[in-house]
Amino acid sequence: MIEIRGLTKSFGDLHVLNNVSFDVNVGENLVVFGKSGTGKSVLLKCIVGLLKPDKGDVFVNGENVITFSTKKLNAFRKNLGFLFQGAALYDSMSVRENLEFPLKRNFNFSQEEVDKKVLKTLELVGLEEAVDKMPSELSGGMRKRIGLARSIITEPALMLYDEPTTGLDPITSKEISVLILNLQKKLKMTSIVVTHDLLCAEIISDRAIMLNEGKIVFEGTIEEMTNSQDKFLKNFFSHEIIND
Amino acid sequence: MKLPQIKHIKDPTTSDKLYSFFTNLSGLTIFNIEFFKQAFLPPYEIAQIKKHMIELGVKTFPIVSIMGFILGFVLSLQSYPVLERFGATDFLPSTVALSVIRELGPVLTAIIFAGRVSSGIGAELSSMRVTEQIDAMEVSAVNPFKYLVVTRVFATTMILPILTIYVIFIALAGGFLAVILFESMSLIYFKNAIIASITFGDFVPGIAKTFLFGYIVGVVGAYKGFTADGGTEGVGRASTTAVVMSSLLILISDMVLVKITVWLWPSIG
Repeated sequence: MIEIRGLTKSFGDLHVLNNVSFDVNVGENLVVFGKSGTGKSVLLKCIVGLLKPDKGDVFVNGENVITFSTKKLNAFRKNLGFLFQGAALYDSMSVRENLEFPLKRNFNFSQEEVDKKVLKTLELVGLEEAVDKMPSELSGGMRKRIGLARSIITEPALMLYDEPTTGLDPITSKEISVLILNLQKKLKMTSIVVTHDLLCAEIISDRAIMLNEGKIVFEGTIEEMTNSQDKFLKNFFSHEIIND
Repeated sequence: MKLPQIKHIKDPTTSDKLYSFFTNLSGLTIFNIEFFKQAFLPPYEIAQIKKHMIELGVKTFPIVSIMGFILGFVLSLQSYPVLERFGATDFLPSTVALSVIRELGPVLTAIIFAGRVSSGIGAELSSMRVTEQIDAMEVSAVNPFKYLVVTRVFATTMILPILTIYVIFIALAGGFLAVILFESMSLIYFKNAIIASITFGDFVPGIAKTFLFGYIVGVVGAYKGFTADGGTEGVGRASTTAVVMSSLLILISDMVLVKITVWLWPSIG
């Protein structure tokens, strides 16, 4: 479904992505690992057209997103969900308005249908009682859940997660990971998950890639990755710092 | 729309400052062109424009009321002794009215409005930028420029003239109250003296320029907010520079507009 080919992106002298290529199959959960600043979030932003790569292509269902016109890009975006690192809830809107926003702007649902969808999606993330709260009244975990609910309310075919469990305690982190897995199964979405969290990756991933210095240094299952004898990978997953 | 990147240097040299000035200038120009490209294309977001007009009007109402009253009151207090020296206190209503209608009302309201609204827009949009809310909107297939910028700029452009007319009336009321501290003057006399001394030509340029001032307040605040970076520091910077830049542009454009008005209609000058 998604083919990334030779994606390269620099900011001035800083080369963030360097000829990155990989595929994601339909219905698959791909986890992207990597140290901070290795271009994981930039990769997601290039896929959705928030950033324009210097070189390379992003094919979704055979069509190159990089060459899309604004109209076509918007049509593509209507069919994708993006959970931002800080959830990116609209501060000036209540939870209900946050969830209604993509539905009312992009689809012709009646108010009754919108209300039903909002309550059903909040039920999926277990936060029906928060419907009339403002984002400032929510905890970190609740914000992530509401952000997730807003991303999936349109039932997208492709879902992108930018560090969905960062900043959460281990229990909430596990709950969010299980929730992501359950939603993926229920809605049959294809997902790309950027994370540092090994537990989250173990719960949700079908396959994983490791980015280092803008390049893919490993591609395989989580088990293969954690058992690898590669020094960088051992360093990444070990509790100790392994020197030369 | 591709805006030039502004570098934030801790101890800038003169060349850094010059570079930053021209980068801001070119960025603001591109931002303005984008506004006019998008302003007249659907969807028109009328509900959002109305919402912002009400919000901005309500927010600014108390402070411009106080400012307007003090403006008229002080102007009367200051003018009375001077006019009394020439035995011309009868001219006090027209002196106050002309000063308030032509210049002080529009400019001071715009400056107060810039302080209250331009910084608010700058802070709100920059906070949305650094917390990725603007990106989230874009990913939801909603044009954030149209939804966040165009609506706010339309709202500021339309609400400032209304606020200015209100301030003029409040200032005249303040002026009348100050006059009756010195001498017995009836409200009817005060009103008739004003009506007799001002013409349509006094009123129109003063109010017309507030449309431009309102536009400046909205567009500068939105530009600073929309292009913010650097986390919470960036939010503070956007809010402060929005006020400074919009106030300065209001004063410069006022100078230019007064010159043009005098040149086109010498009788008004």
